[in-house]
Amino acid sequence: MTDIRSRFESEVLPCLDAAYSLARWLVRDEHVAEDIVQDAYLRAFRYFGSFRGSDARPWLLGIVRNCCYTWFAQQKRSREFETDLEDADAPALDGQSRPETPETLLAQKMERAHVTAGIARLALPFREVLVLREMEDLSYEEIASVLGIPKGTVMSRLSRARRQLQEELSPYR
Amino acid sequence: MKAHDMDNDPIAELPADVKQHMTRYKAPPGLERRIRHMIAQESRGPGWLDRLRASATRWWPMAASFACGVVVAVSATTMLLAARHDDDFEQQLVSAHVRSLMPNHLMDVASTDQHTVKPWFTGKLDFSPPVVDLAREGFPLAGGRLDYLQGRPVAALVYQRRGHVINVFVMPAPDDRAKAVKPAVHHGYNVAEWQTSGMRAWAVSDLGREELEQFAQLLKTRE
Repeated sequence: MTDIRSRFESEVLPCLDAAYSLARWLVRDEHVAEDIVQDAYLRAFRYFGSFRGSDARPWLLGIVRNCCYTWFAQQKRSREFETDLEDADAPALDGQSRPETPETLLAQKMERAHVTAGIARLALPFREVLVLREMEDLSYEEIASVLGIPKGTVMSRLSRARRQLQEELSPYR
Repeated sequence: MKAHDMDNDPIAELPADVKQHMTRYKAPPGLERRIRHMIAQESRGPGWLDRLRASATRWWPMAASFACGVVVAVSATTMLLAARHDDDFEQQLVSAHVRSLMPNHLMDVASTDQHTVKPWFTGKLDFSPPVVDLAREGFPLAGGRLDYLQGRPVAALVYQRRGHVINVFVMPAPDDRAKAVKPAVHHGYNVAEWQTSGMRAWAVSDLGREELEQFAQLLKTRE
């Protein structure tokens, strides 16, 4: 028992930032993300005895993502699911909204807040692929197993996600 | 080296300035401490009662060789502890049932199809729990999840009856003897226990005692 616990603490606890970052990007709320990560860790600990892989990070991220989806379903924030592919009305983060006039457009430089808002505006299926690839450095195979979709779908979603993000950010280039 | 550095990315990469400005959030302070605390709570495992009972059982033969009186005393203690142990375990079952009713906790696989639920457990447990649908008998299967009891992962199957939730906890039995359905009540919840073909099972619900026993009988004969 204590052996499982110390293994869990040395293999799964170090993935805490990854878990939190994924949850935060998916639910776009810091407090909800914190609750979800805590719940995900409890589940992960209970299932850890049956975990057979060598890398706990993709495994944990899969649990975190499931917890996020459970939360979406429960909140009836089915907006995420309904408008799935055209989720354009997500709020811009950090109080930054896109500039209105061509003059300010030209004056703007690419900033962190713009990228954050651009990613936040991506629809959930694209956002999650982008976050897992660009920030968590997962391989296509790992992303496919976390999301439970074929590798080809991962690649086409990632390609669209990158394209959409660049379109979002085109005013700043 | 990261896994994907080795495969050439066939998809057009993002420009460097976009990648540079991506934010990977950091977990807030205190979250790790809370998780550690939660894990410590969760991993307490079997309490002193179980350990005492285990040692009482182990020392029983030696005690017998000393004196008859000791035998009587020890077995009386063992029986008493066994009864208290059952009580303790039923408490665990009821807690698991109540916990399952909290938001987010009821099901990991939601399906009324036994052929979806049963394979879901494959690879997650070191045994294969019997999963049968009793929809025609009025107890539709709703799904399943993993749970943790007596220091090991167990299968929890979720059934429904007129809006009542029935949790069925299944784990391998210590022996092959079949045991009849045994009812109990704990904190207002009904518990029915039985054993078949190497599996031990407990059904927990706020459903009436007779209905829960009927349900347990059905499961026992259909497994």
